[in-house]
Amino acid sequence: MGVLVTQVFNGLSVGSILLLAALGLALTFGQMGVINMAHGEFIMAGAYTAFVTNQILGSAGLSLVLSLPIAFLVAGLLGVLLEVTLLRRMYHRPLDTLLVTFGVALVLQQLARDVFGTAGVDVPAPAWLSGPVEVLGFAFPKTRLFILALAIAAFAALAAGLRFTSLGRRIRATVQNRPLAESAGISTRSTDRLTFFIGSGLAGVAGVALTLMGSISPNLGTGYIINAFLVVVVGGVGQIKGAVIAAFVLGIVSAWVEYTTTASIAQVIVFALIVAFLQVRPQGIYALKTRSLA
Amino acid sequence: MSTLLKSRWAVLAGFAIAALLLFVVAPAALSPFRLDLLGKYLCYAMVAVGIGLAWGRGGMLTLGQGVFFGIGAYLMAMHLKLADAGPGGTPDFMALISSDGVPGWWEPFRSGIVTIIAILVLPALVAGLLGLATFRRRVKGAYFAILSQALAAAFAILLIGNPTSTGGSTGLNNFRGFFGFNLYDPVNRQMLFFIASGVLLAMVALARQLMLSRYGELLVACRDAEERVRFLGYDPANVKTVAYMIAAFMAGIAGALFVPIVGIVSPNDVGIVPSIGFLIGVAIGGRTTLLGPVLGAIAVAWAGTTLSETIPSGWTYLQGFLFMLVIAFLPGGLASLGGAWSGLRTRLRKPPPPSPTPVDPAELTGVNV
Amino acid sequence: MSVDYLELTDVTVSFDGFVAVDSVNLSVLPGDLRFLIGPNGAGKTTLIDAVSGLVKATGSARFGGHELVGQKVHRIARLGVGRTFQTATVFEELTVLQNLDIAAGRRRSALTLLRRRSGVPDEVAATVETIGLTDLVDLPAGILPHGQKQWLEIGMLLVQDAKLLMLDEPVAGMSAEEKDETGRLLHRIAEDRTVVIVEHDMDFMRAFATSVTVLHAGKVLAEGSVAAVQADPRVQEVYLGPGQHSEDEVAAVLGAEGV
Repeated sequence: MGVLVTQVFNGLSVGSILLLAALGLALTFGQMGVINMAHGEFIMAGAYTAFVTNQILGSAGLSLVLSLPIAFLVAGLLGVLLEVTLLRRMYHRPLDTLLVTFGVALVLQQLARDVFGTAGVDVPAPAWLSGPVEVLGFAFPKTRLFILALAIAAFAALAAGLRFTSLGRRIRATVQNRPLAESAGISTRSTDRLTFFIGSGLAGVAGVALTLMGSISPNLGTGYIINAFLVVVVGGVGQIKGAVIAAFVLGIVSAWVEYTTTASIAQVIVFALIVAFLQVRPQGIYALKTRSLA
Repeated sequence: MSTLLKSRWAVLAGFAIAALLLFVVAPAALSPFRLDLLGKYLCYAMVAVGIGLAWGRGGMLTLGQGVFFGIGAYLMAMHLKLADAGPGGTPDFMALISSDGVPGWWEPFRSGIVTIIAILVLPALVAGLLGLATFRRRVKGAYFAILSQALAAAFAILLIGNPTSTGGSTGLNNFRGFFGFNLYDPVNRQMLFFIASGVLLAMVALARQLMLSRYGELLVACRDAEERVRFLGYDPANVKTVAYMIAAFMAGIAGALFVPIVGIVSPNDVGIVPSIGFLIGVAIGGRTTLLGPVLGAIAVAWAGTTLSETIPSGWTYLQGFLFMLVIAFLPGGLASLGGAWSGLRTRLRKPPPPSPTPVDPAELTGVNV
Repeated sequence: MSVDYLELTDVTVSFDGFVAVDSVNLSVLPGDLRFLIGPNGAGKTTLIDAVSGLVKATGSARFGGHELVGQKVHRIARLGVGRTFQTATVFEELTVLQNLDIAAGRRRSALTLLRRRSGVPDEVAATVETIGLTDLVDLPAGILPHGQKQWLEIGMLLVQDAKLLMLDEPVAGMSAEEKDETGRLLHRIAEDRTVVIVEHDMDFMRAFATSVTVLHAGKVLAEGSVAAVQADPRVQEVYLGPGQHSEDEVAAVLGAEGV
């Protein structure tokens, strides 16, 4: 019983990080078909933003709270820059965006190495996040609970924004039928740019969260990008709630597989499980239904 | 008919020149060290030939070629380690970190024949399984790219996580012999270079045959309008899987030759970054062409070595910018510049070709169906 | 003793509860040139989607003694069922010859596939004549004008040796002359094949249909000769709204009779 609770909590914890990393991807991939490999480096940029903020402010508590919006802004602007300079001319060949953004990822990584060094750096966690919370004899680390809460909050904010704001309605219209949205007077150009800002900004938030998990280094993003994409693949395109379910299911499954086998085998087993899942639902958990022929 | 003949002569002449360069000029002009490097580039070029087929012609963005390259490389490395250790012996690195001896699944690769068969079969087999599992369910485009990449990630993690049997993150190195030949002997190293040259030429010939064949046309048709192909009675999943398997087959052989030539294989040669790295040469050379990927891969590998020797971080920047600029602004690669040039020349030389005249509908009548 | 006819029994297609095709019964014999007409959203295209395997259906669709419902698209195609699409779908980067050759090739062995094509196969040469693209065989199909793309698609069905041809608006966007040629071509094709045509062009339908099925809201509303269907008050109601209609009104929408 104790093992079960610990493993489920571990899974939820892994899932919350996956969700933070994948939310922005689900948004940009769903709307524009852009496969942004540099998303991982936006996460890294968010983490280093937290590091720099902490260096300047000193106070761990204040800097964590402040670095969340700052990292959102930094990563979001990086995303807009990427969209404006490169991606906007490539929407008719989405597959190629993967390679272009991989190039961006290489450059950003090397840039971070040249600025911050190859070795990992630590961002101190605030005192109010140290130690565990004891519930029914189980100890839950506060940092992990904080990340879980942050992931749920990010999802709730995004879902509410999509549902209730006019920008959200524009995004949903563009996702569902781009030509129709255009002819209805929606500027899909500026919608795309804003979507990219929000999606990339979420990567920045994910980066701040990751500073609570351990030291950060320039190749921080590469460890998360693949799994984040797998979340999008399993979740399906067009609805972010698919990403939520996929992230937590993948988190719990990989935590469990890792517990019963080893970390290195677990990755292979999870991959096989995903391929098996796609045999049943190739379109992912949720899919937009269209009647168009390829 | 004369153009066909001419092109056939041109092709033969091309192969002859390439053979002359590889078998006569290169060994005479290059130091043994440089010749080894060129041999390594030739291995990358073999991977590129397969990627050109699967990605350029088949539209499958294969980001996991490192897996097949790695399977070939590790199989060969295991055999060489076992052969170095002698009959029943334990490879040096294993004896160093554990006392369990040789794992059971290593044992078959004491035999050279088994190893060679496995190198030829296993990569294509893995590709065939993944290809059928995805293409049959119409998983394609970005999803396939992500899955192939995830496979590369999982493969690298698996290698790193099992140091006692795979050498972990250091990989396998320090090989002394290659099927009975001493790897420290320069004559034998030159022989390895010749083997790599011959294999690459054979692969180019195979790729050429495939591209010109009806299968090649069908593959392009699947790339451009997969659904339409289905309505003609073909299963596009099979068509695509075959191309994917051939690409894996080529990558596997490339990996197997890489090991004796370079003398080491580690997870750094097979993970996500090297797997995508294989694509940049293909993209620069021209992904849909036959020779573009080969020349592009060799050029990029050469530039990589040269630049890393002088400015270590420069290469990462250059590689990054190449990906950005070539894919975004020159998707056809350098080959498309050549095409644009010859197109311009013909346009300057003679008047534009007449636009296709609509057929007189009267021609339609009176013909029996 | 021809068994190559199309028989649909209770074919139903629904998308998330919306019934697009509702228990359609239909049989089409070889030699027939059957037009499928009906207002937008009547389920015409969905019906041929169902027969060709593109959408899931229930009920039964038999052709040449084989059940088509539940089979995969390429299996259905191998049973001799061919179709075209509203927007002509050809392989744009391949030449006309390559397009036809691929369509002709599904019975070829793997070994033939791996060889280069030498010369022009007989059936391809004959079809190129039939569809009038002889002079254009080496052009990329992508640069053909719309009408010729449609002919190329029909040609692909012919070399494919389809016994059941389902064409989705084959004359949309064609000039009057091209329509005439297409109609005559279809008539010759239909002599020994089963042909089903989805069409909005009433003049074209009137000139070339041997029989007509009218679909409305996913159901068969009427069936019979052109004249009989035009005279059917239910058909007039669907196209023109309820009430009595003058002959002129009917002629304006459904085409004049007696040609």
